[in-house]
Amino acid sequence: MRSKTAILIVVLAGLHLALLFAGFVAPRDPAAQDRALPYAPPTRLHFRDASGWHLHPFIYRWTVGPDGYLDDTSQTFRVHVLTRGPAYKLLGMIETDWHLFGVDEPGRIALFGTDGFGRDEFSRLLYGGQISVAAGLVATLIALLAGALFGVIAGYYGRLTDESFMGATELFLCLPWLYFLLGVRAFLPLHVSPARTFLLLTCVIGLIGWARPARLVRGIVLSARSRNYVLAARGFGGSDLYLMRRHIFPEVLGVLLTQAALLVPRYIAAEVTLSFFGLGVNEPLASWGNMLSTLQQYSVLVSYAWLLAPAAALVITSVIYSLLADTLHSRLKFHST
Amino acid sequence: MPAITRLTLPVCLLTAVCLAAGPAPEKPNPGEELERAEYVSGHYGGNLTVGGRAEPKTFNPVTATDAVSREVTGRLMADLIEINRASQQTEPALARTWKTSFDGRTFTLQLRKGLRFSDGHPFDADDVVFSFAVYMDENVDSPQRDLLIIDGKPLTVTKVDPYTVRFTLPRPYAAAERLFDGLAMLPKHLLEKPYREGKFVQAWSLNAGVSEIAGLGPFRLKQYVPGQRVVLERNPYYWKVDSKNERLPYLDELTFLFVGSEDAQVMRFEAGETSMVSRLSSENYNLLARERDRTRAQLADLGPSLEYNFLVFNQNDLGAKKLDAIAQKQKWFRELKFRQAISMAIDRDSIVRLVYGTRGAALWGNVGPGNKLWINTALPHPQRALDTARELLKSGGFSWNKAGQLLDCSGALVEFSIVTSSSNTQRMKMATLLQDDLSHLGVQVHVVPLEFRALIDRVFQSFDYEAAIMGLGGGDADPNPEMNVWTTTGTSHLWHLHEAEPATAWEREIDQLMQQQMITLDYAKRKQLYDRVQQLIAEQLPFIFLATPDVLAAAAPRVGNFRPALLDPCTLWNAEELYIRTPVESAGAR
Repeated sequence: MRSKTAILIVVLAGLHLALLFAGFVAPRDPAAQDRALPYAPPTRLHFRDASGWHLHPFIYRWTVGPDGYLDDTSQTFRVHVLTRGPAYKLLGMIETDWHLFGVDEPGRIALFGTDGFGRDEFSRLLYGGQISVAAGLVATLIALLAGALFGVIAGYYGRLTDESFMGATELFLCLPWLYFLLGVRAFLPLHVSPARTFLLLTCVIGLIGWARPARLVRGIVLSARSRNYVLAARGFGGSDLYLMRRHIFPEVLGVLLTQAALLVPRYIAAEVTLSFFGLGVNEPLASWGNMLSTLQQYSVLVSYAWLLAPAAALVITSVIYSLLADTLHSRLKFHST
Repeated sequence: MPAITRLTLPVCLLTAVCLAAGPAPEKPNPGEELERAEYVSGHYGGNLTVGGRAEPKTFNPVTATDAVSREVTGRLMADLIEINRASQQTEPALARTWKTSFDGRTFTLQLRKGLRFSDGHPFDADDVVFSFAVYMDENVDSPQRDLLIIDGKPLTVTKVDPYTVRFTLPRPYAAAERLFDGLAMLPKHLLEKPYREGKFVQAWSLNAGVSEIAGLGPFRLKQYVPGQRVVLERNPYYWKVDSKNERLPYLDELTFLFVGSEDAQVMRFEAGETSMVSRLSSENYNLLARERDRTRAQLADLGPSLEYNFLVFNQNDLGAKKLDAIAQKQKWFRELKFRQAISMAIDRDSIVRLVYGTRGAALWGNVGPGNKLWINTALPHPQRALDTARELLKSGGFSWNKAGQLLDCSGALVEFSIVTSSSNTQRMKMATLLQDDLSHLGVQVHVVPLEFRALIDRVFQSFDYEAAIMGLGGGDADPNPEMNVWTTTGTSHLWHLHEAEPATAWEREIDQLMQQQMITLDYAKRKQLYDRVQQLIAEQLPFIFLATPDVLAAAAPRVGNFRPALLDPCTLWNAEELYIRTPVESAGAR
């Protein structure tokens, strides 16, 4: 059990690090268009040519033939590890042009192919992942903070406070959140910068989602507040704030962790859904949702399978988070029994 | 096996076939003045199914405004004179001949004798007079009414005898015979009562019974299943015959399936559920081309359409609108050098390649290469030149900061948003390409996809937008339908709507030229006038023209006489000539 959790956490950490250092891992600028290469298929890495086997992988350039893209075998381009390429800001602060891998000009390496504008799908996947996963994490944080706060207060004080807060949660649970978000986005003025759109969306997603964790937390607080050690602490003159911080909140922590693991993929999917419908982050910024939006066209869907990469990334991320939630839940049950 | 049992199956099958087939065509009789299509041959029978993007809103051709309703009613009805979609020239329809008076104001039309509506009732001049009375009635509010009001005065229609009608125009009107295309002749015996009772707008709604609707088109209504399909059957009295003197149409039935998006239409076509698709995107066309070996589909790339896609800047008067931020930017939008620089920075070839997959053409004016009769071929086609664009901006008082961002003369950052329809993937792609193109000039562009109705509201009503990518044209090749775009009082004068009078000298000149070409009857002189209009538009750039797609269509191998055309309805304009090939014929046609 412990090793499974560790593996999941390592995989998740790896995924998030790759997204965090997207500029370094990505070989290309995600917005750079190469209009000569629309819908180019993924670049194949080669280890063998006419002269035999090579230790270092290399690629060929594409040429456009009557039946689509072909490898131009007249020239090889070696894949360099730790090489210079387009300039970017590491972590949004440090200006650099070092990349994990790349090829010399005029070679083009596109591990996941290119989109309809000739933009590198792999680079866009990483940069897009930054937006989509960050939206999921920030929205989860907001939802859990609000949920924990209102849940603890409602459970601890009970009576009218409890009734009013839980009435509010019922209202929020009934809300068709997707339509609500569509409505909120439609009311925004035309000229909203992508950064503000992102912030607004995550805040709205998070604030709508506080109700479920609040109900769970309230349930635990209700049972915790009447436990003997809490009553004893109260008898010794412990203040409300002290009791909540020292005795009640630790009880809630496990539930919040499990909820976090459940909510992150859900909120990533929410951002993807909105961007898919053109209501989230707009061009030229990448997000998994707006990358997938081109697949609304039937001809693109059936012709360019590599454009499904963001969907695969979304599924993998969601599965890892769900497995983590499952493991955390089991561990919590084990501890409580 | 008893004889009765052996006979049951064939009898049932025969009955089913008889019930499914449309009514048999009437034999042509000597009293009928029928139109003979010498070049057409085929054979009777079969059902052709086509996919539609939506349901029709009405079967009433007078009130129909949406493309689907017009496509369906167009097969049920006929006009006095029609535009042949293949030749783009007018040709006789219900009117056998017509004469124009010397001053170009009077048209005398001779109607064909012996014609009957699809319910068997005879057609004569009374139906024509009634139809035009309906079209020109303000209470009916037909979209065609504007065409019949010239200089604020309606044309007058007089019955000379049962088969002769005279039309008098308030003043000469170039290519006036083209007006008659799209004005369906109505059966007075069926529609006079609802019209007199003030219920014409409600007549022939989707709830109308099949027997209540009759027309002079090749088909008549057989069945309407809400949400699913409209089935038309052969009009047994249709007024055209083929080269063998057999009455058209060939098809027993024509079915419109309500399929939805273009993608859904392509899927249904690939699955063999429909037999024709029109107005394909290049991606879907290429998809069908790749599968041609399997499907044996007939594909047609008819070349550049008459549609023009363009970028328009908001130059409307915003006085009372409280749109200060946009009003500030209008200083740039009204600057010719700014518009010229933007135009010079646009890579139109990339648009054609990436948006239309090379199945389209770049545009520098409102008339594209598809309109061979009216295009001004002398107009220059300047290629993308960023240096020239920068020079233009510099001479217009613009400058750049250290980060390479464009600043106006007051030091404000030059950035604007482009709105476009979120459901139009091609225009969305154009916006993304423009965003990248203009970033090389230091202009920051925000692309804002909007739901189509929200877009129309902003562009036509609230003026709450900075720039938009839109498309117009595609109707007729003649300049007259463009009057509402280029004259200052036009309802589609998008860059500056509701102008009391021309704001600039060149707009005033365009007004005069357009009015003049409308009353000039000689083609060469009209062409000269319209060439000058095109030149002014290309120089002054109220629209920055981008590209036009090719007209692309496909049909199953079993569809005979498939002859799509540039003008709408591109695949069904010759529905009466279409026929279902036998398997042997289909194989031979490959």
